[in-house]
Amino acid sequence: MLKKTVLNSAHRTLGARMVDFGGWDMPVNYGSQIEEHHAVRRDCGMFDVSHMCPVDVVGADCRVFLSRLVANDVAKLQVAGKALYAAMLNDAGGVIDDLIIYFLTETRFRIVINAGTAEKDLAWMQAKVAEWKLDVSITQRRDGANALGIIAVQGPNARQKVWEVLPQSKTATEGLKAFFATEVDQYFIASTGYTGEDGYEIMLPAAEAENLWNALHKAGVAPCGLGARDTLRLEAGMNLYGQDMDETVSPLDAGLAWTVSLNTDRDFVGKSALTANGQKCQFLGLILLDKGVLRGHQQVITKQGNGEITSGSFSPTLQQSIALARLPLGVQIGDEVEVDIRGKLLKAKVVKPVFARNGKAVI
Amino acid sequence: MSNVPANLKYATSHEWVRLEADGSVTVGISDHAQEALGDLVFVELPEVGAHFVAEKEIAVVESVKAAADVYAPIAGTVTEVNQAAADAPESVNQDAYAAWLFKMTPDNAADLDALLDAAAYQAVADAA
Repeated sequence: MLKKTVLNSAHRTLGARMVDFGGWDMPVNYGSQIEEHHAVRRDCGMFDVSHMCPVDVVGADCRVFLSRLVANDVAKLQVAGKALYAAMLNDAGGVIDDLIIYFLTETRFRIVINAGTAEKDLAWMQAKVAEWKLDVSITQRRDGANALGIIAVQGPNARQKVWEVLPQSKTATEGLKAFFATEVDQYFIASTGYTGEDGYEIMLPAAEAENLWNALHKAGVAPCGLGARDTLRLEAGMNLYGQDMDETVSPLDAGLAWTVSLNTDRDFVGKSALTANGQKCQFLGLILLDKGVLRGHQQVITKQGNGEITSGSFSPTLQQSIALARLPLGVQIGDEVEVDIRGKLLKAKVVKPVFARNGKAVI
Repeated sequence: MSNVPANLKYATSHEWVRLEADGSVTVGISDHAQEALGDLVFVELPEVGAHFVAEKEIAVVESVKAAADVYAPIAGTVTEVNQAAADAPESVNQDAYAAWLFKMTPDNAADLDALLDAAAYQAVADAA
């Protein structure tokens, strides 16, 4: 039995093509994935991401708990509302999940974790609270009476559209810098996203999600499926958990070194393994020079040895196939490499792993 | 609901087949197949002159989402490929029955009888 978000019937009314996405019945597109992709780069689109799990972390020891729990340093969170992207590691330094932490007050933080990892993440967090004997309570907000829905509104016109539909939010959100959140009435509005565009992610009581979704649709916001969400995040060079990294992969080998804070005496789970193992490979972008489509698990042949594509697709913005790949140390940006696609060796160029943001190609 | 023209034959692997007056067959992917794949961005066609046995991978269609093999619906030799479909893969989304992929000369014309008619294929597509 597939799980459904509170917007399931709204998707079906809009004629969405539904797929099993990690046990969730989710829209992959509402017609054309490429048109939805362009809508976000050029205008405004919205995504139902209510399958993701908000977690409220409350108590006197929140900061101590989070500083030991994740590889990024919550000491960077000093201004109320500030958000931090972080990886939660196991003892071997592998990534249990990647998540966003919002700092609300010294005794209240909110974390958003991935859909497919929610149960194991919550169990891990609960176990750490007990092990470290901290005054922290962990409460999931995806299911049950206090469940929240999440709608991501993304694109150059996203802010205008949200203000049109929720005029009461304008004062509190118009000065919101990137990677911040604020609370307006029952809405938790964050300037975060997974597309490389401006916009908001809005959490609200699940029972009200459909009203907001319909109002945004009426205001001209294009409903977008998880298909477009994937090509948008790929173009933006953002990792997808389970594809670009998992429990067997170090964040240092998944392009997440920028989220790992090793240079203080703060201890966190996985730190000693990261320090002992160091970086084993590089996480870089590829652009296919020949015709075809790069896909996850294809072998990359370089002068320094073989690597592997972790995510690949066709980039609607670049009109070429692009990929994220783990490549041997020593491979340089600009190198030409070969990718084995169904037994044929096709040429690709190594690039920085960011392809398009803010409506434009950046390659 | 996908479109299943009554004048064509179909393979369970979602190819359509049209018997031409000269005894050759024209092959493409069904409307149901293009709809399931989503926006196509790449089409790889077989070599003219190549021979394929039935159910052998003969071409590849890739959407933004996934790659899918196209199978030879019957045994035969490729006589022509539709380069226009490879140059504009979206034409297959627009009209899967106009944007054919390749033509073959069947080894044995009677093999066509084993393919599905429109009603039988509709049942396959509905169950997918």
